[in-house]
Amino acid sequence: MASSPATTAPATTEQSGAELLLKALVDQGVEVIFGYPGGAVLPIYDAIFGQNALRHILVRQEGGAVHAAEGYARSTGKVGVVLVTSGPGATNAVTGLTDALMDSIPIVCLTGQVPTHLIGNDAFQEADTTGITRPCTKHNYLVKDVKDLARVVHEAFHVAKSGRPGPVVIDLPKDVLFAKGPYTPADEVKHKSYNPRRTPDAAAVAKAVEMMAQAKRPLFYTGGGVINSGPEASELLTKLVRATGFPCTSTLMGLGAVPASDPLFLGMLGMHGMYEANWAMHDCDLMIAVGARFDDRVTGRLTAFAPHSKKIQIDIDPSSINKNVRVDLPIVGDCGETLAEMLRLWKGKKPKSDGKALAAWWKQIEEWKKRDCLRYEQSSTIIKPQYALQRLQALTKGHDTYITTEVGQHQMWAAQFLKFDKPNHWMTSGGLGTMGYGLPAAMGVQIAHPDALVIDVAGEASILMNIQELSTIAQYRLPVKVLILNNQYMGMVRQWQELLHGGRYSESYMDSLPDFVKLAESFHCVGLRATKPSEVDDVLKEMIKVKKPVMVDMIVDQKENCFPMIPSGAAHNEMLLGPADNQGSGPKDKPISEEGMVLV
Amino acid sequence: MTQPQPTARHTIAVLVDNEPGILARVVGLFSGRGYNIESLTVSETDAHAHLSRITIVTTGTPMVIEQIKAQLDRLVPVHKVCDLTLGGPAVERELALVKVAATGEKRVESLRIADIFRARAVDSTIKSFVFEVTGSTDKINAFIALMEPLGLVEVSRTGVVAIARGGQGL
Repeated sequence: MASSPATTAPATTEQSGAELLLKALVDQGVEVIFGYPGGAVLPIYDAIFGQNALRHILVRQEGGAVHAAEGYARSTGKVGVVLVTSGPGATNAVTGLTDALMDSIPIVCLTGQVPTHLIGNDAFQEADTTGITRPCTKHNYLVKDVKDLARVVHEAFHVAKSGRPGPVVIDLPKDVLFAKGPYTPADEVKHKSYNPRRTPDAAAVAKAVEMMAQAKRPLFYTGGGVINSGPEASELLTKLVRATGFPCTSTLMGLGAVPASDPLFLGMLGMHGMYEANWAMHDCDLMIAVGARFDDRVTGRLTAFAPHSKKIQIDIDPSSINKNVRVDLPIVGDCGETLAEMLRLWKGKKPKSDGKALAAWWKQIEEWKKRDCLRYEQSSTIIKPQYALQRLQALTKGHDTYITTEVGQHQMWAAQFLKFDKPNHWMTSGGLGTMGYGLPAAMGVQIAHPDALVIDVAGEASILMNIQELSTIAQYRLPVKVLILNNQYMGMVRQWQELLHGGRYSESYMDSLPDFVKLAESFHCVGLRATKPSEVDDVLKEMIKVKKPVMVDMIVDQKENCFPMIPSGAAHNEMLLGPADNQGSGPKDKPISEEGMVLV
Repeated sequence: MTQPQPTARHTIAVLVDNEPGILARVVGLFSGRGYNIESLTVSETDAHAHLSRITIVTTGTPMVIEQIKAQLDRLVPVHKVCDLTLGGPAVERELALVKVAATGEKRVESLRIADIFRARAVDSTIKSFVFEVTGSTDKINAFIALMEPLGLVEVSRTGVVAIARGGQGL
């Protein structure tokens, strides 16, 4: 900027901690903060009042702020920023921080703290925030000296977004926010110990390509790491999958990296994954894991997991390698960089892959596909949740659609029935399984993409966990759509009680539900309801058309269960299929083992 | 995969920034993930660079030991993680202060044994000694076991500190 020295403050001028904080955030490219004020952060709110560079979104509960920042981060690839006060503000943020840690989402959470001289005195709204958040953040800081503040903010962004991303907390005592100090520009901050490796070992990549060329029954198993690596990584993965002609399956977190419409994509694997994907995983002779962490929801019983396979694992986090499953060839590095190198080698070498074996492998996969594992019994009187989602998929075609979910049956049905052709369009709480995630996450997505169609696929139980955020949605006129698949049960709990606990539906019935249409209206949203299959299309069309926040109460079959399902403690080839299975093996054929019962 | 893998004892040296909370991070990692700590020592070793060295003795299967090292290395203030058990020969030492209260023949015997173990009496009254003994964990265990019948009162041990043999640093 061309301004005279007289009007520009010299670089040495000291500013208050709160001003330094905002300056550092702006320098980090932050545009939006999700937050909630309180006593300890008043100096920051005062500084926010006097500026326009940062937009503050006032949530209704701090938990909502973190999930909103997660939605923002996951749909943009940027770091999500949260601002909460001390004590209860910080403790309310803990669930969201844990969620972000489990799903590797970059978040910087600023927490207020009582002034330094009161720390440890059980002061009003004091909590040991760094102590409480130590195990649920990637890293955390307590800033005790204003001179460190700007440096810590820059470091926090570096830590949050590099390597395997995650949440970082900066605890800010109130006196530090008032104190004057110098600014440290971002480019002067170099982290002394945290600089994770991105470039893979060339020899290991070459070895991987060699193994791929020799495979007879290969399979790509890809996860959230591909999404986190950026859209280029998803493109490279798709190119590599197409160049090799290998089948590809994805975890819940990785959906959208390879387009669902690609014939090489087998769909999601795991506990509620596709029959063909799980069987392919079980029978493959070479597994190429890319940014996936062998979660228990994916592997099923470890001793029976892909027993005949060699395994290659690409991950930026060395601690994800050999954690649950021993792999034959670990490659530590960024997914994007590694995939680029693999693609280069594969194309350059033109390795003679065993075409005959690959054709036989695909023939087998086509056989498994014929099982048509998502088949369900259609009804003309009652809305099947699967039908509602199939119609949603059909009616949202042509829109730039972002989907978030809550947690439970509806989440798994959404993963099964909605098709994601692009990364960063699917936001769901995978690792932690946080009910109440979807509504605030959708809010964050809509803030980042004001013109997009953002839909929270919800259950009637989950949605009540962060229902207060409807007020935020109304305040900022966010046209978020909430599609509640209302079966009046905590559906997944009910399903497990049916399959594992003799149908004793202990405390899983949702009694005294609100009238969701009236509830929506009282929050200045549009409320819609469908009770019959014939109403589904009209209601969904209306929901999509209205340029306002909409909540749809979709009354669905109370007894519908989510299939296919690998019961806890079972192997990939021991899947349960639904009552509509074309080979007639209903779930009752295979009771769940005693060992499986104790697993979550 | 079905048969339980054998566990082994490993000594791991960790170089960390000497900052508040670092010990809590390391200890929290072990308790949170269910790893064993047999002993842990920590002290600043480079005052100029504010670096501390933590020595941890732990047991686990090879897969668990690999996880422990990867998880430690992932902590942001950690500079280096070194498995001294795998990294070639290393010197391991522990120091113990051992209080023995005895009179007569037992008192004389405790002094005699202390001499064999090259332990020094660092405090003495008519009825008691405090011995300082250094050595491997086994040697300290043996010394304490011998003092037991002679009037052992209490023991304070440092836990293992270790360093690789040869001219190379961590």
